[in-house]
Amino acid sequence: MPNAERIISVAEALCEATKVAMERDSKIYVIGEGVTDPKAIFETTRGLLDAFGPKRVIEMPVAENGLTGIAIGSAMMGRKPLMVHQRVDFAMLSLEQLFNNAAKAYYASNGKHSVPLVVRMIIGRGWGQGPAHSQSLESLFASIPGLKVVMPTTAYEAKGQLIAALEDGNPIMFLEHRWVHYVTGHVPTGYYTVPLTSRRVRDGNDVTIVATSYMLFEAMMAADFLAEANISAEIIDLAVLRPLDMTPIMDSVRKTGRLVTADTGFRTLGMGAELVAEVACRDMSCLLAPPVRVGLPDHPTPSSRSLAIGYYRTAIDVFDAAVTTCGVAPQTVATIRERLATKRNALPSDVPTPAFKGPF
Amino acid sequence: MSETMAPSFLVNDQLALFRSMLRIRLVEEAIATRYAEQEMRCPVHLSIGQEAVATGVCLALRPQDQIVSTHRSHAHYLAKGGDLNAMLAEIYGKETGCCGGRGGSMHLFDAAAGILASLPIVGSAIGIATGAALAFQQEGSDCVAVTFPGDASVEEGIFHESLNFAALMSLPVVYVIENNLYACFTGLEQRQPHRPLGDLALAHGLTAVTADGNDVEAIHAAAKDAIAKARDGGGPSVLVFNTYRWREHCGPNYDNNVGYRSEEEFQQWKARCPVESLQKKLMAEGQLSDQDLAAMTAEIEAEVTAAFQAAKAAPFPLAASAEERVYA
Ligand SMILES: Cc1ncc(C[n+]2csc(CCOP(=O)(O)OP(=O)(O)O)c2C)c(N)n1
Ligand SMILES: [Mg+2]
Repeated sequence: MPNAERIISVAEALCEATKVAMERDSKIYVIGEGVTDPKAIFETTRGLLDAFGPKRVIEMPVAENGLTGIAIGSAMMGRKPLMVHQRVDFAMLSLEQLFNNAAKAYYASNGKHSVPLVVRMIIGRGWGQGPAHSQSLESLFASIPGLKVVMPTTAYEAKGQLIAALEDGNPIMFLEHRWVHYVTGHVPTGYYTVPLTSRRVRDGNDVTIVATSYMLFEAMMAADFLAEANISAEIIDLAVLRPLDMTPIMDSVRKTGRLVTADTGFRTLGMGAELVAEVACRDMSCLLAPPVRVGLPDHPTPSSRSLAIGYYRTAIDVFDAAVTTCGVAPQTVATIRERLATKRNALPSDVPTPAFKGPF
Repeated sequence: MSETMAPSFLVNDQLALFRSMLRIRLVEEAIATRYAEQEMRCPVHLSIGQEAVATGVCLALRPQDQIVSTHRSHAHYLAKGGDLNAMLAEIYGKETGCCGGRGGSMHLFDAAAGILASLPIVGSAIGIATGAALAFQQEGSDCVAVTFPGDASVEEGIFHESLNFAALMSLPVVYVIENNLYACFTGLEQRQPHRPLGDLALAHGLTAVTADGNDVEAIHAAAKDAIAKARDGGGPSVLVFNTYRWREHCGPNYDNNVGYRSEEEFQQWKARCPVESLQKKLMAEGQLSDQDLAAMTAEIEAEVTAAFQAAKAAPFPLAASAEERVYA
């Protein structure tokens, strides 16, 4: 890392990325419901209107499919829209345009038209968001060839990935976990990109944990305690779900022989299902034990924090998954698990940070 | 872009309009005739009977102006100057097709001719065309985007979402509602309340111009006005043209026998054939002789025959190439 520590949040990093990219490329414009409002999409679009004016920062009518089509049409003509949805759930109304046109224009035109479009969508969590404001539907988008799916984690990554996404030239679904917005870290000023690939964030020999989005942080906490239990976990941040590059995952599982997946979406038909299937289909012999998938249970997100408490997966679940697949007797690590649980359960269950006061 | 779009003998607008309609008719009938050979193995939505709308509008456009068509794309594509060889090859699934065999009849496009895309999801094109207009506005270009919503597509939310935004932003886009009275087998009166289609524009602060969709000159005049207005920064327009699809919704046959519409209704519309109407008028005015017509027809038929031959002779794309060009 270059210059001295400059610590900002992922939300601030995303805003900075947008400014940097817009300064460099006048074809980029931002459009979304709320991009110019006082809340500024959780601070991620703060100041853009002042900096670039209403022609490049467009407050969008509440018409997701129509405006997605408009963004795609303009992208086919060479513009570079950055569309923002406060929730993934709202973008559901635009799946027709995303799946039928954004994902297919390049293919169906045999390479003549591309769609340089980035769609930022935020996955809600906590504060009673409930069934239709907290869906983590990345595997839905990741099931469509022609779309790219990116999930940022750290502030450094988020800024560089968003700039890279805006330069990529393909339709990119950029799914930000609402709680990832609060993650802070060192971020250089100015321009840089982070390549759109997964990355190894921790080296280990006993188990490979492939994590997405907010679950990366749960996995990292789990790994510290697994180390105390003499289980050395390797962690891969699966920042790009499509196109899915299995090479680093295969390399890691061939080394560790064990796989745990931890993602923010549903366990059934989620990203973990695809990862386990790919590993098994490619090289069954590299697996020393059945993999374990950590994901959301098969019911919608309940609103009440008393109901949601068992819904989200945490570092404790990742710890248990690793212990299971490593064939370690649970009672031998019970006290370590106890300390992890104490630490993890001390964190608030329905807000990203104790300072969060709602409402969205 | 087709080189035969505007042959030198075309001295005026009327003859150009006539030739364009005749050419669409002859291409479509050739497709209908040859469809039974089972070599054009993709759905075809023919525009026979509706040639006036595509022609009247597209001949008012410049090559750089963009159109976005629908599943019923042939007439729009041809009228705007799309390459006939690339169109037929696409329908035959050949490498030389405009999409390299990846799209078929419902995805025709020709970048050089200003045909941005054809999109087979009802209403889907409306957003894309509006977005092209947004790009023109952002770039300070004086180009215009045009799309052809069918009477059913105004039932989709995206029609209203797009008109709302186009009106708000004063975008250079023209929505040409091509009302052929049916969505597949379902009549307009079964799907929409009894109100003029043009009134939909009022909801978005626009006014619509409605004209006879089989009168190519009326269409051309209305389109010229709307396009000039858009080009001059006057914002979007809605045009409504009532016309009639002669053959089945999808495929080469007539289907007046299946029960959703009557033979009498079809005959009434056929008597008002857009191609024949203008032909009669031009002949009465002495602008077109029998010999002219024969020469024009022969020239187009030769072009069409050659295009079919080329399409049939062209190679298929390699199967392995199906996985290519998913990402830019
Ligand atoms: C969203 C969607 N719904 C349904 C269909 C199936 N479909 C194809 S064409 C068509 C009718 C379209 O009618 P209209 O817009 O009037 O165009 P026309 O076929 O008459 O030219 C329908 C329902 C589709 N392609 N897309
Ligand atoms: Mg119709």
